[in-house]
Amino acid sequence: METFSLLAQGFAVALTPTTLALAVAGCIIGTMVGALPGLGPSNGVAILIPLAFSLGLDATEALILMTSVYYGAMYRGRISSILLNIPGDEPALMTTLDGYPMARDGRASDALVLSGVASFVGALLATFGLMLLAPVLARVAYLFGPAEYFALYLLAFSTLGGIASDNQRKAALAACMGLAIAMIGLDNSTGMSRFTGGNLHLMDGVDFLVAIVGLFAVSEVFIFIESHGRSSAIGVKLESITIPFKDIVNTFGTMLRSTVIGFVAGILPGAGASLGSFLAYMSEKAWVRDNSQFGKGDPRGVAAPEAGNKAAAGGALVPMLTLGVPGSRTTAVLLALLMTLNITPGPLQFTERPEVVWGLMAALLIANIVLLILNVPMVRIFVKVLSVPPWILLPGACMVSFVGIYSLSGSYFDLVLMIVFGLLGYFLRKLHVPTVPIILGILLGNHMEDSLRRAMVISGGDWKYLFQSGISIGFWIAAIIGFVAPVFLRRFLKTPTPHTT
Amino acid sequence: MSDRLFGLIVLIGSVAYFMAAASIPTGFLVDPVGPKLFPRLVSGLAALCALLILIRPDAEPDWPGTGTWLRLLLALAVLVAYAYTLKPLGFLIPTAVASGVLSFQIRSRLLPAVLTGLGLSVGLFILFRFVLGLSLFAIPRTWMS
Repeated sequence: METFSLLAQGFAVALTPTTLALAVAGCIIGTMVGALPGLGPSNGVAILIPLAFSLGLDATEALILMTSVYYGAMYRGRISSILLNIPGDEPALMTTLDGYPMARDGRASDALVLSGVASFVGALLATFGLMLLAPVLARVAYLFGPAEYFALYLLAFSTLGGIASDNQRKAALAACMGLAIAMIGLDNSTGMSRFTGGNLHLMDGVDFLVAIVGLFAVSEVFIFIESHGRSSAIGVKLESITIPFKDIVNTFGTMLRSTVIGFVAGILPGAGASLGSFLAYMSEKAWVRDNSQFGKGDPRGVAAPEAGNKAAAGGALVPMLTLGVPGSRTTAVLLALLMTLNITPGPLQFTERPEVVWGLMAALLIANIVLLILNVPMVRIFVKVLSVPPWILLPGACMVSFVGIYSLSGSYFDLVLMIVFGLLGYFLRKLHVPTVPIILGILLGNHMEDSLRRAMVISGGDWKYLFQSGISIGFWIAAIIGFVAPVFLRRFLKTPTPHTT
Repeated sequence: MSDRLFGLIVLIGSVAYFMAAASIPTGFLVDPVGPKLFPRLVSGLAALCALLILIRPDAEPDWPGTGTWLRLLLALAVLVAYAYTLKPLGFLIPTAVASGVLSFQIRSRLLPAVLTGLGLSVGLFILFRFVLGLSLFAIPRTWMS
């Protein structure tokens, strides 16, 4: 019951004409940004954070705008998967397996509507899961001391590096690079400058927004120019839209199963939406009796990954909100958003600023309802209007990122630093060094060092203190397993290749 | 080869970082860990990773050819120039040029690129200035007086 009253309070914050307008605008912008292969949800949010900040939106409004953009881009990913056989973002990859064959068989509209409904079911139920689970976890997290937090940060790095990358040494190196960058600036406890080289701009440290926009969005410009927009896709024509009630009823069980799997996968640090859709698809294929049509246009193969990846996106918010530890690329970006708004996620938020936490949850529900309306009855208009070609969208996104960063600080220094990060991002991506651990390092570096130092103050310099409580031992063990196990599991987690036409 | 070079650069960088940590001034009130240890741990671990990458490099990545390198270099030059001209020259001109060039680099057709540049420059200005209310200047401020 407490949950309901808190949620009602959240809706009171989130349901004003302004915020509703922001939600609709966010959903449309997100859908546009998500259209460009490679740009995807996390980049879309990253580019827009500086703008939202300089607009002077308050915390709830900014959160609603950004979650709408995020979910808009997530919903969009499937459209190009189904119509073009090109995943709009990484989580939508699995949707190409059955979505595109369905579209080729003349059932494009069925696939789009079905995947829209599946997305809605997954996202909605995951939001309810988040509401039930997050307060409980927050109560547990309340007991964590600095030693537990230090181990938890380590766990986040090791699982993210272990699962999200195919080379452990490079993932670990990326985390170290991020942590090293985080050290630049004034030391919190002594007030002395570190690694600034006497540069005044660096005294406040490297702004994580500059790093995120550079590493994610600007590097995308270089990658895109290199590939020369090599996306010669054969599109499928979209006939009139009808709602395939039969398919929706038949796949309802699939959606529910996939939601549970996706949600659990999302809670695991490092996993995120891609793993959610992958596991949902694979287990659905294993679950059903007759799976001969999988990969040839089975509606269940469309519903499973879509419900799974939206549920995982909701699940990934659980550790981010309760512990302040993001488990994936997009939640890292959302954490950056919260930190920009001067909100440090963690158990304290649930008691100190419930309006932000519950406002966010209400925002998730609103965004999903808006997107269901935009994506089911209006999908036809959407597909037509929003096919902005990359040679307009990419320069546009690039200019928006520049203006956003510029309006934050008004200094050339940050713009040039952003380009440097973009260049770094380009080379790292060519060398298959994951960039997400770098962002995580920059975001968490100071917290991680602080928790280590506070733990040592408490123990008087005794290192054994880090391994004393049951919780921290658990985290240490999980960290080691999370980093090492993927080496052995990698063979089993191979993504089936989408077929070529 | 690329991985070896990368590993070497990172190794040198992390050793330099480790050394630089020595010169961090410690204040009077020092906790048991102090401001030097964590950076040293991080750079030590980075050096270890770099060494492992040096010893066991991955397969050579797919580097672009000379022509593409030149285009990437041009894109880089455009972005840097954009960063430095945004303030003195106002929003419209640098944005039109930069987005036009980037557009041309993605799809090598002149007219669409010119139109993209002009359209984005004017459209984004209207959006930023009048809808979102950011303080941007359309043209160089010296022209206005």
